[in-house]
Amino acid sequence: MNKHTIVALMQDKPGALNRTVSLFRRRGFNIESLSVGHTETEGVSRMTMVVESADVEQVVKQLYRLIEVLKVSDVTADPTVEREMVVVKIHAPSEKRAEIVALSEVFGAKIVDVGASTMILEMTGAPSKVENFVDVIRPFGVKEMMRTGRIAMVRGARGHGAQAYENAENGHVAEPSAALN
Amino acid sequence: MSEQRTGAQIMCEALIREGVEVMFGIPGGAIMPFYHAMWEYKDQLHHVLVRHEQGGGHAAEGYARSTGRLGVCIGTSGPGATNLVTAISDAMMDSTPLLAITGQVYSSLLGKDAFQETDIVGITMPVTKHNYLVKDVNEIAYVLKEAIYLATTGRPGPVLVDITKDAMQARTIPNWDTKLKLPGYKPNYQGNQRQIRDAVNLLMSAEKPLIMAGNGVIMGNATGELLAFAERTGIPVITTLHGIGAIPEDHPLAIGMPGMHGWVHVNRAIQDCDVLLNIGSRFDDRVTGKVSTFAPKAKVIHVDIDPSEIGKNVKVTIPIVGDARQVLTAMAGELASRADLGNLQGKASDWMEHIREMQHKHQPKQQYHSRPKTKELMPHDVYAGLSAALNARGKYRLVSDVGQHQMWAAQLIDYRHGPRTHITSGGAGTMGFAVPAALGVAMAHPDETVWAVCGDGGFQMMNQEMITFIQEGVKNVKVVIINNGYLGMVRQWQELFEGRRYSGTPMVSPDFVKLAEAYGWKGLRVDHVNDVAGAIEEAYATDGPVLIEFRVEQEVNVFPMVPQGVSIGETITDIPKA
Ligand SMILES: Cc1ncc(C[n+]2csc(CCOP(=O)(O)OP(=O)(O)O)c2C)c(N)n1
Repeated sequence: MNKHTIVALMQDKPGALNRTVSLFRRRGFNIESLSVGHTETEGVSRMTMVVESADVEQVVKQLYRLIEVLKVSDVTADPTVEREMVVVKIHAPSEKRAEIVALSEVFGAKIVDVGASTMILEMTGAPSKVENFVDVIRPFGVKEMMRTGRIAMVRGARGHGAQAYENAENGHVAEPSAALN
Repeated sequence: MSEQRTGAQIMCEALIREGVEVMFGIPGGAIMPFYHAMWEYKDQLHHVLVRHEQGGGHAAEGYARSTGRLGVCIGTSGPGATNLVTAISDAMMDSTPLLAITGQVYSSLLGKDAFQETDIVGITMPVTKHNYLVKDVNEIAYVLKEAIYLATTGRPGPVLVDITKDAMQARTIPNWDTKLKLPGYKPNYQGNQRQIRDAVNLLMSAEKPLIMAGNGVIMGNATGELLAFAERTGIPVITTLHGIGAIPEDHPLAIGMPGMHGWVHVNRAIQDCDVLLNIGSRFDDRVTGKVSTFAPKAKVIHVDIDPSEIGKNVKVTIPIVGDARQVLTAMAGELASRADLGNLQGKASDWMEHIREMQHKHQPKQQYHSRPKTKELMPHDVYAGLSAALNARGKYRLVSDVGQHQMWAAQLIDYRHGPRTHITSGGAGTMGFAVPAALGVAMAHPDETVWAVCGDGGFQMMNQEMITFIQEGVKNVKVVIINNGYLGMVRQWQELFEGRRYSGTPMVSPDFVKLAEAYGWKGLRVDHVNDVAGAIEEAYATDGPVLIEFRVEQEVNVFPMVPQGVSIGETITDIPKA
């Protein structure tokens, strides 16, 4: 099983996410993480998905069958910037706080809340770095943790601009066959 | 037209604007406003009351498949909508342009388990090309336009539009001129010129080229272009189940159907060929058999309008994303400048000769090419009679159901009268398809005779639609039941692979002749080979719907057969000796 990172642009419409995720469900692929949000262009969302499967090529092609899907790429092998964010509430009695603050500094994490016996830390970075941070912080006693799932962006000029879809009419840019032709 | 209209009136006008003339459905609570409005438009928009929404869906499919136009079916919310699901998924599998309109509960009740509330959009997501929930009257005109555009363009398919009752009742001034905005939808019709040239180059270098024509040739109205291309090059043409009609079967280049129940010489040709040009067929597992052994010597050119079909099942050397007609036209254009065309024709002709030799060698040994010595009526006797009558008279459509009789209808009838004359449920294999589909076909082609060929099993899944023919005054339909007293195709598998454990396959049937009469049809029963032709003649001579029950020898198998998961090079032509 390989992990694949897939980036997709889609119209921001009810059901669009459901349809996309369903294609993976149909094949029994597990989605390890999923993160969706607005792009630079109104009405267009960008989705990053990490899936575990031997081969995603066929699903990627089938994603183009979905009317709301504008562009899909498997960026696993591409040079990308990948980021993930974690927000973690840990057990933080006063005697441990100095240590926690020091560690947070090392990882570039922010302290976003301090309670009587807890602290909330926020950290953003490459997924592996987030992983490290979580490992290091865990022994203090994690009360709650939330991770966003990764987002990925291809480095350099090549990429997935959504501007092209602004005011686009029928099939203005999407060219699923380009991959084949 | 700047008056206010109800959402329901807008629905009717939207359909009329898109050229819809007939729709098949059943009313109910949530969709009642639409039926209320229909009353005003009934001269332009004819509603056919079916007896089961599934029947309405198949009727719309029959209409669509036989004309190439959109088929429309209607159901109310809840069970009305879920009854449509089988037909919708059938249309999805066979790329049939279908619009399903369902009523939905008031938008204020959505998600509250209201009476007859079903999340039909959620249910049909995987079996539609696209679907919509409409809650706002202002969206109706646009959504219907977009839905019909999607259903009928690119790779056609079913689109469902679920409209809440309050949206149908609310009023607005419709805006008919909103331009479609579908930035993620761009069917590529043309095909890449370089790949088209590469494909022609590859064919030129072939010793044993083969064309496989599928549904895409029919749906793409490319039969003329196919024939022209085949004749220019001399390349033999095989037609898949859905490709039947792509080339007249008496044409010297037509060699027949491949796959599980394909002829031995056709499957052998696939296994021997060195270049396979597949146009608009998706390499279904019923065609390829064990896919890793399929066409082992062939370089494959795959033409399909849906890029996700290419490379899905079979490794492809040259992919061409495009419409069958445009690609074939472009390929033919490439031929014009080829000096080596004569060379290809020569090789193709030698190869064709070889295929015909294989055919002469294998075909006579294949079951029932010569009649077995039995007094019983054989299914093959019926098909011989039908094939003769259809070809003598022309102007026919044949709709088959699912099972043994379907495979015989594909194998044993000679289709010489063009595309869309053979219509069946191929992808989904939906028993019950034929009778209601024949309704849609017959209504679309009132001057032709529509034959629905069923098994005793499948017939009983949708026979309630017989009365719809009567209510509609549709006379040009003849139903054939090949009654073998079993769910025959399953029995065949049980006989061949399950040690004759006939669990759940012996089948008691009603008196079909009386049943026909109860519905106001003429009913005929045939038990002897000598009566086959007479019954068919009588059916033709009767000005009205006729049902003929043929009581055939019960345990007859469809051969040749390639067992599931086996290479198509290993066809069995008779019951294996245990
Ligand atoms: C709705 C549905 N249910 C079950 C099946 C499985 N099935 C395939 S062929 C077949 C037997 C069909 O029997 P019959 O209609 O009598 O036709 P025959 O094979 O005898 O010609 C069955 C049950 C199916 N294809 N469709």
